Amino acid sequence: MADNQSGAAKAVETLLESTLDSVDEAESLVIDIATKAGLSEDDLHKLGMAVREAMVNAVVHGNRYNLKKKVHFSVENSPDRLTVTVTDEGEGFDFTRLPDPLAEENLLRQSGRGLLLIRAFVDEVHLELAPPLGTEVRMIKFRSPS
Amino acid sequence: MSVKLTNRQVGDVTVIDAVGRITLGEGSSTFRDTLRDLVAKGHKKLLLNLAEVSYIDSSGIGELVSGFTTVTNQGGRLKLVGLTKRVKDLLQITKLYTVFEVYDDEAEAVRSFA
Repeated sequence: MADNQSGAAKAVETLLESTLDSVDEAESLVIDIATKAGLSEDDLHKLGMAVREAMVNAVVHGNRYNLKKKVHFSVENSPDRLTVTVTDEGEGFDFTRLPDPLAEENLLRQSGRGLLLIRAFVDEVHLELAPPLGTEVRMIKFRSPS
Repeated sequence: MSVKLTNRQVGDVTVIDAVGRITLGEGSSTFRDTLRDLVAKGHKKLLLNLAEVSYIDSSGIGELVSGFTTVTNQGGRLKLVGLTKRVKDLLQITKLYTVFEVYDDEAEAVRSFA
């Protein structure tokens, strides 16, 4: 259904299982939509990576692979942007207290780089607690002017 | 497709050829297990060839780091060769370019272990 004022249309709105297969599924969905929207190959790769990282965070950290919890996944296609929203059903967390993966003492940590990569690969990232759900990650990729 | 690993010797350097994606799940644990096995067998000079790796996510980066730490802590050395631009960009974004020795040419990388 289109939002006539902004021209945005929900290309996808679905619930995904808390499994690694869902990570692949979400990545494929967004690549398919973004390809049809005319994003460049480089932007496709970056957006796909960002979505993948957000999904992994939702499945692994938010929902903790709990099959009773779902990942809410949507893609909105606007004239000037693609907006992908990933929301888990976890307990939420304090985003301001995450260790800095670029700090010298953290460089050799095995994990903790997901948000860093999301921020590097999309144009805007919005993190919110979304009660009664868990954490919502909204990622915006602006279309390059043709 | 998860990562497929094979290894070969170039002198006393073990070159590990990786093909595919190093991502969370089977892909990343394959990498971790292979490195640990090689080090356990006494291979201390390890060169990871990533020329055919199409994709690494943050978990894959974590496995590279974990592998580096494992090898280093056991007295070995792990270096990288053949990175695509996208993987190089990832190492730049994560500041891991300051941790790993990275080469574009395998022969040069092998010589660096001397």
